[in-house]
Amino acid sequence: MSAEVFSVFYQFADVFAFLILSAAGLAIVFGMMGVINMAHGEFIMCGAYVTVGLVNLGVPLAIAQILAAVTAGLIGVLVEFLVVRRFYKRPLDSLLATWGLSLIVTQSMLLIVGSAVRGIGTPEGSFAIGGYTFSTYRLVLFACAVAVLAGLYVIFMKTRFGVIARATMQNAAMAKALGARTGRIYAISFGIGTGLAGLCGALYAPTMTLIPTMGATFVVESFVTVVIGGANVLLGTAPAAVFLAMIRMALNASYGQIIGQIGMLVAVILIIRVLPEGLSSVLVRRGR
Amino acid sequence: MFKLLEGSQTLGRGRAFWSCFLIVLAGALTYPLFADSYDVGNFAYFLIWIFMALGLCLMWGYGGMLSFGQTLFFGIAGYSYGVLAINMGGGTATIAALVLSVVLAMIAAGILGYFMIWGGINGIFFGIVTLSATLVLAFFLGQTAGPEWHIGPARLNGFNGMKGMDPLTVGEFYVEGSALYYVMVALIVIVYLALRMLVNSSIGNVIVATRENPQRAEMLGYDVRKYQLLTFVIGSGLAGLSGALYTSWGQFITPSSIGLPAAAMPIVWVAFSGRSDLTATLVGSFLLLFGFQTITVYSQQAALVLMGALLLATVMLAPQGFVLGIGKLAADWWQARRRRSDVAEAGRLQPEES
Repeated sequence: MSAEVFSVFYQFADVFAFLILSAAGLAIVFGMMGVINMAHGEFIMCGAYVTVGLVNLGVPLAIAQILAAVTAGLIGVLVEFLVVRRFYKRPLDSLLATWGLSLIVTQSMLLIVGSAVRGIGTPEGSFAIGGYTFSTYRLVLFACAVAVLAGLYVIFMKTRFGVIARATMQNAAMAKALGARTGRIYAISFGIGTGLAGLCGALYAPTMTLIPTMGATFVVESFVTVVIGGANVLLGTAPAAVFLAMIRMALNASYGQIIGQIGMLVAVILIIRVLPEGLSSVLVRRGR
Repeated sequence: MFKLLEGSQTLGRGRAFWSCFLIVLAGALTYPLFADSYDVGNFAYFLIWIFMALGLCLMWGYGGMLSFGQTLFFGIAGYSYGVLAINMGGGTATIAALVLSVVLAMIAAGILGYFMIWGGINGIFFGIVTLSATLVLAFFLGQTAGPEWHIGPARLNGFNGMKGMDPLTVGEFYVEGSALYYVMVALIVIVYLALRMLVNSSIGNVIVATRENPQRAEMLGYDVRKYQLLTFVIGSGLAGLSGALYTSWGQFITPSSIGLPAAAMPIVWVAFSGRSDLTATLVGSFLLLFGFQTITVYSQQAALVLMGALLLATVMLAPQGFVLGIGKLAADWWQARRRRSDVAEAGRLQPEES
C-alpha cells in the first residue's frame, strides 16, 4: 500500500520539479520584470549543452551543472545589456526581440553543432519500494526544485538586494530617486533568471536527448505556470505548479503523455477564463 | 460600398496608388505568359502564405491581438483539408473540402477566442496561450505515427506527414500550375480589397478603437469582446485558408509546418513589413517569402537565422516596420512634390477626390 502512495507522490514530484525548475527563471524575468523572454528555452538549452560538454571533458556532473548555470547567467547579463535593456518600456517588443534571438540561437546551433550530441546517462541508479523501482535522480530533481523555491524566497524576501529589487520592479523611477542602481538591479535580476533557466537545463541534461530545439519543450510549461501563478510571482508559482502537476499527473497516469499535455492546456484556458488574474490574486485576497 | 476601399485606416489612396495597383495586377496576370511553368508554380506557392500574413496583420496591427497561433489554424485547416479530401473522394468534392476546412479553422478560432477574450486575456498572455495551443497541436500530430491514428482512410502518419489527398479539382481538371496561380491571384485581390473595406468600415473603426484603448471603446457603448472575437475568427480563418491551400498545393502536410520555427514566420513577415497597414504587409510578406525561398535553396537553417536577425533588427531599428517606413517616406516625397507643382499651377492644395 505504501508503495502505491509513494508511487503517486513520485509521479507528482516528477512533474512538479519539471514545472518549478523550468518556470523559476521565467517567474523572475517575466513575472517580476515584465520582460517576455521567448529565449527562455534557449537559456535552458545552453545550460544543458554546457553541462554535457563539460562532463564529456571529464568534469564531475555536479560541478558541470553549477558551471552551466553560471554560464547561462553570465550570458543572460550580456543579453540584457545588448538587447533587453531597451525594451523595459515596450514589453510586447521584448517578446519579438527575444524571439528573434531564440530563432538565431537555435538555428545557429543546428548549423554549428548539428542535431546530435553524445549524451550522458542518468546518474545515481535506482531504488525499489514494494514492487516498483524508482530512479533516484528524479528525487534529486525534486529536492533541487524545492531548494530553488526556498532560495528565491530567501533572496527576494530576506536580503537587502531582494528588497531593492522588488522596489525597482514596482516603481523604477522612485527606487532610482531613493538611490537604487536600477540598471544594475535589472541586469542582475535578468542574470538570476537566466541562470535558473541554465540550471534547469543542466539538471535535465542527463535525462533527455539534446537537440538545439529542446527549449521548446520547456518554454510552454514555464510560461503556462507563470501565467497561472499570476502577478505575485513568489506566491503564485509554487501553487500553480502544484495545481498543474496534479492535473498532469492524473492524466499522464490514466491516459498517457499527450492527453496530459492537452489536458493541462485546457485546464489553463479554463482557469484563465475563471481567474484572469491568476492563482496568486485569490491567495493574496484570502491573506488579507 | 467601394468608398470604403480608401479611408483613414489604410495608406495608399488616390489615382497614383490605384494606378500602381492596376499595373502590379496586370503584371501578375500576364506573368505566366512569359515565365516557365516551374516558376509559376513557385510563385503560386509564395502567394499561399499571403493570406496568413494578411490575417495576422488584421489581428495584430489593427486589432492589437498578437497571436502566435496562426500556424495552429493553418494546421487545423491543412489537416482537415487532407482528411476531408481523402474521405470525400477527391474530384469536385475538394472544393467543398477547402471551404469546410476553413470553416473548421474558424470554429476552432471561435472556441479558443471565446475563452481567451471573455477571460480577459490581453497583450502578452494572448500570445502565450495561442502559442501553447499551437505547440500542443504540433506535439500531438507528431505522435500520430501509428496505424491506429486514422480518420476514415486518411492516415495522419506523425512526423512523416499526411499525403495522398487530391489537389483542388474541378470535374476532371486539376487546378495546378498556372490555373492554380490565377486562382491565388484572384483570391488575394478579393481578400485584400475585402479587408480594406472591412478596416475602413465602422466595424474596422471599432476594432482600431479597441486596440487604442479598450476601456474607452467600451465606454462609448461597444461590446469590444464581440469585435475582438470577430477579428480573431477572420484572421484565423485566413490562416486556415493558407493551410488548406498549402495542403492542396503540395498534397502533403506535416506537423513541422505548425511547430515553433513555422509559427515564427508570419510574425516576422508582418513585423518586418509594418503591421499597421495591409498594403505594407502584402508587399513586405511577398518580398520576404521570395528572399527566404532563395536562401533556403542554400540552407534552411541559415535562412531561419536570417529571419531571426531580421526580426531583432526590425524591433530595434524600425519598430513600425521597414516596408511601411519606406512606403511612408516615398508617399511623403510624392505628396510634397505634387503639392509644390499644384501650388505652382493653380494654388489648389488638396488632391482631388476620386
